Amino acid sequence: MEPRSSTEAESPVKERRRGRYKIFLGMAAGVGKTYRMLQEGQAEAEAGRDVVIGYLEPHDRPETIAQAEGLEMIPRRRVRYRDAELEEMDLPAILRRAPELCLIDELAHTNAPGLEHPKRYEDIEDVLNAGIDVFSTVNVQHLESLNDQVAEVTGTRVRETVPDAVLGTADDVVLLDLTPESLIERLLAGKIYAQDRVQAALNNFFTIENLAALREVSLRQVAEEVEHKRVITGAAVGGREERLVETAAAQAIHDRLLALITPTPKSQRVVRRAWRSAQRLGGELDLLWVSNREPDEAEREQLEALRRLASVLGAHLLIEHGDDVAATAARVAEDRGTTYILMGRPKPRSAIRRLLQPALPFRLLSLLPGVDLRIVADRTRRAGGGGNGAATEAKEEP
Amino acid sequence: MTALLIVLVVLLAIAVVALGGTHLQYRRRRPKKLPTAAAGRILFPFMGGALSQRALDAALRLARAENATLVPVFLARVSMHLPIDTPLPRQSGVALSLQEAIEQRATAWGIPVDARIERGRTYRHALRQTFEHERYDRIVLAAAARGNYGFDADDVAWLLDNAAGEIVVLRPAADTTIGLPPPRPQRAPQPALERTGA
Repeated sequence: MEPRSSTEAESPVKERRRGRYKIFLGMAAGVGKTYRMLQEGQAEAEAGRDVVIGYLEPHDRPETIAQAEGLEMIPRRRVRYRDAELEEMDLPAILRRAPELCLIDELAHTNAPGLEHPKRYEDIEDVLNAGIDVFSTVNVQHLESLNDQVAEVTGTRVRETVPDAVLGTADDVVLLDLTPESLIERLLAGKIYAQDRVQAALNNFFTIENLAALREVSLRQVAEEVEHKRVITGAAVGGREERLVETAAAQAIHDRLLALITPTPKSQRVVRRAWRSAQRLGGELDLLWVSNREPDEAEREQLEALRRLASVLGAHLLIEHGDDVAATAARVAEDRGTTYILMGRPKPRSAIRRLLQPALPFRLLSLLPGVDLRIVADRTRRAGGGGNGAATEAKEEP
Repeated sequence: MTALLIVLVVLLAIAVVALGGTHLQYRRRRPKKLPTAAAGRILFPFMGGALSQRALDAALRLARAENATLVPVFLARVSMHLPIDTPLPRQSGVALSLQEAIEQRATAWGIPVDARIERGRTYRHALRQTFEHERYDRIVLAAAARGNYGFDADDVAWLLDNAAGEIVVLRPAADTTIGLPPPRPQRAPQPALERTGA
């Protein structure tokens, strides 16, 4: 198979509008993403639109195969890879056929080497840029930022991941929601896998707890996506400008947090708040200790504990040498693209030091004008504080 | 000349008084320190979404009596399918909430806290990792009771064989837990099997 540049194929339609993109998102295999995509495709065809199936993965499910009947299907192309012959979506054929709407299953798929793009979601970009509307499907565990979380919940790590931005570029995201009990019923009825695979699926992935957690993750993801689009586009009418604003805002919203710490147990409070904020903002977290000396034995012990904590949380522990904490932190923040700095309450300073140099927060604000700064309070000192912190914690985070 | 000297002396006196006042204010404002250099360390391992308030209070009482640091250790289980050093965002969320609750309670008692999250294939594996990493003098733990997280008789027997230092085991009352409700029964039998492995 001769690799071919897709730009060659798309050049005649360069000036066309970009196609509309709808993604059917599911919490797991078998919720009915492909079926629903085909159902909507059939409805569009009924309404007189030119609809084709660019790629379909029916998994031998009779209901899905039946739903595809009557729709034109672009034949798959055969690709030789090592000793195997693989079947892949034929992107050039789709672009040549230029339908109004193309149905492309499983956007997280990794293509065989030598094709136009390594990933199918990149193929879809070409189709959209050619002015063709696209319906596609993906499961929530394929989203990059949720990969760790889903792996922890289910004990299974998915290798084929897609950037979260892919979901952000969709005009519509439709969540296929099903209760865990209903999904297990479908599995037991042989509607998802062949009967010989059902027991293994029940013992591994398809547990009530796994599915409930995945359902929660999916619902939350779509809610955040809807909120994100509502905030950015507001009541504005659709169009190129709107999309540009949306893309720029998505980049600006991608947060990276930097927590300034010292190797002492009290820094854990800052780490906790910083991690929670990072989780809510969907950002990466860096922990930074700026030191002008070698750590002593107690500090080494604390650093080791912080390193282990960072590893559990998926954060990065950085140790930088420097006499000036503000200047060093500012340099690290610039290098790592930090958008948010968190620090504990600074120690009270003497009058003379206050006269000689502004406090660390003020210095950071002046050195990093585009970065938010948050000083983490000690809630145990709050008037009337105490009690069950676990209950109050969640309410106060941004 | 004399007048100039008098003015200078008066100005100097005003400056000294002002500086002294500021310094006093600074000292008054400085927060009272918690005892940070506590000698002993009391391990308080816990797991799941809740912890026994009775066991926590016992650990706090011991820590106060011995001027010790409380080391609450959340034991996180990593599935066999994942690398042992994989990040655990879901369990970390639970762990940090409970550690925050412990810290607030400990601070009210004036006890320093040095919390940990330890990973392992099983709770016992996580405990073994803890023993390798941490200095401690005692272990306080909650025994499992109906509907509660905790250590069962086999775990306690295992601890007696494998842990140094004193072990204090407390039976929790069912209505005195802090945190999330206990887990719902699962369809798959895996967790129960993992629970017994060392």
